[in-house]
Amino acid sequence: MMVKKGKKKWRAYRRDPKSLLLFLAVCLAAALTSLALLFIIVYILVKGIPYLTPSLFCVKYTTENVSLFPALVNTLFMTVLALLFAVPVGIGAAIYLTEYAGHKNKLVPVVGITAETLAGIPSIVYGLFGSLFFVKYLNLGLSLLSGALTLGIMILPLIMRTTEEALRSVPDSYREGSFGLGAGKMRTVFFIVLPCAVPGILSGVILGVGRIVGESAALIFTAGTVAEIADSLFASARTLSVHMYAISGEGLYINQTYAIAVVLLVVVILINAVSGFLAKKVER
Amino acid sequence: MKQWKEKAMEALLFLTAGVSVAAVILICIFLFASGIPAIREIGIFRFLFGTRWKPANHLYGIFPMIVGSLYVTAGALLIGVPVGVLTAVFLARFCPKRIYKPLKAAVNLMAGIPSVVYGFFGVVVLVPFVRETFGGRGMSVLTASVLLGLMILPTIIGVSETSIRAVPESYYEGGLALGASHERSVFYTVLPAAKSGIFAGIVLGIGRAIGETMAVMMVAGNQAVIPKNVLSGVRTLTTNIVLEMGYSTDLHREALIATAVVLFGFILLINLSLSLLHRRGK
Repeated sequence: MMVKKGKKKWRAYRRDPKSLLLFLAVCLAAALTSLALLFIIVYILVKGIPYLTPSLFCVKYTTENVSLFPALVNTLFMTVLALLFAVPVGIGAAIYLTEYAGHKNKLVPVVGITAETLAGIPSIVYGLFGSLFFVKYLNLGLSLLSGALTLGIMILPLIMRTTEEALRSVPDSYREGSFGLGAGKMRTVFFIVLPCAVPGILSGVILGVGRIVGESAALIFTAGTVAEIADSLFASARTLSVHMYAISGEGLYINQTYAIAVVLLVVVILINAVSGFLAKKVER
Repeated sequence: MKQWKEKAMEALLFLTAGVSVAAVILICIFLFASGIPAIREIGIFRFLFGTRWKPANHLYGIFPMIVGSLYVTAGALLIGVPVGVLTAVFLARFCPKRIYKPLKAAVNLMAGIPSVVYGFFGVVVLVPFVRETFGGRGMSVLTASVLLGLMILPTIIGVSETSIRAVPESYYEGGLALGASHERSVFYTVLPAAKSGIFAGIVLGIGRAIGETMAVMMVAGNQAVIPKNVLSGVRTLTTNIVLEMGYSTDLHREALIATAVVLFGFILLINLSLSLLHRRGK
């Protein structure tokens, strides 16, 4: 059956070579995309895994072990702090836009445009703004806090958009049911609508975490490059990506850089797996 | 009492909605407040079209960087657009069900890989490859273009696939009914119908390519001169900022912020064309 079908298709292609060409081009492009990714990942894993030595995970950073452990801890701090800012603000804004603002509200299109603008601004411009505003003007210095606030603004549009989408996909009948039972607006939004939107919101948050972990340009001039675990909000701290950049620039630690890249890749793959899992939950 | 609480909540949510507006205003104020005076001091013409960037001699012409950004972005599009759009067609119309999930996951993963990792990959693989096959120092327009082309693939693929899937099935079936093959039907009826969405994806890709910093800096060579050919080194607007911000002072520093203002202008232009495309799409 299969063979027969294949033969028939082949005959059609012989009569119509242009179709065959298009078919081949499409397959080639898909193969190219997947091979490129596969090559990057396999190359880095093969080169990096042998150098994932225990000394790379020392609690204390020295120029000899170039330990990535402090950077890993700082990345965690940075992520939590940035989310503490961006998640409540992003969810609040999305709730206002979808649940409270009416069709005639003039703020809605303005917020939409600004969110789009924020989403398009390159990370280096965020870094520059952060260093002018948080570091200098608010006098927070090169610190965990400056970096986290900068990144918080950076991922805000992402959180807002995914939350808005999640809230809009909650059926109106839920709201009507809640109102019908005598619940107020606030109660309806926070106890009925928001819980239904949680998986969608979470997948947005996870994407935000991915951006925070991968970010480097916005952090160099806001959080600085001190390679030790930050002991306060006002201490300078490098995250894993910044650490990788700093180490690769010195040229002496190519092997260690591969190892750091492996750790970063593993983190990113985990983040993708979790967000994929959540997305599947949303579909159901 | 209850009324009061409801009002307070609404006010609080209103405030959070205002944060993004406030952020954009603050970003504009702080960039323009330092950038505009610098441009005025240097002279707008000499700043934008001056071909020499020598902060030590008080020469601040960013024309080489503007050209550099445009070259690198154009190069990235030459690679990213055909491969990206065709991959999107594959995902939406040709992909066997079994391959779809892993391929889609791969594209998503590509979007998640940090730019330093791409940059490092470029340094250890692409730069030596270009140096050995084409000569030169390896850090070049070509290298940066190839790397950026890879990096913008997931953006182009994602947006294009969505817009191809949004085309009504009847278009495709109509093509088949008129005797067109599967391929012709997809390429001559579905793809033209998805045009504005695909353009939106490409414009988003341009935005990513122009804004990319770390990966480009690691592979582009960073000479502040207009590149002579695809194998000469190049410096973009973004890398100009990140390279010199650390040690710059006074007018030099303000000139870098003014570079960011120019970059911001490009991004606004891109956003504007995006919203025009969206309006046409509707």
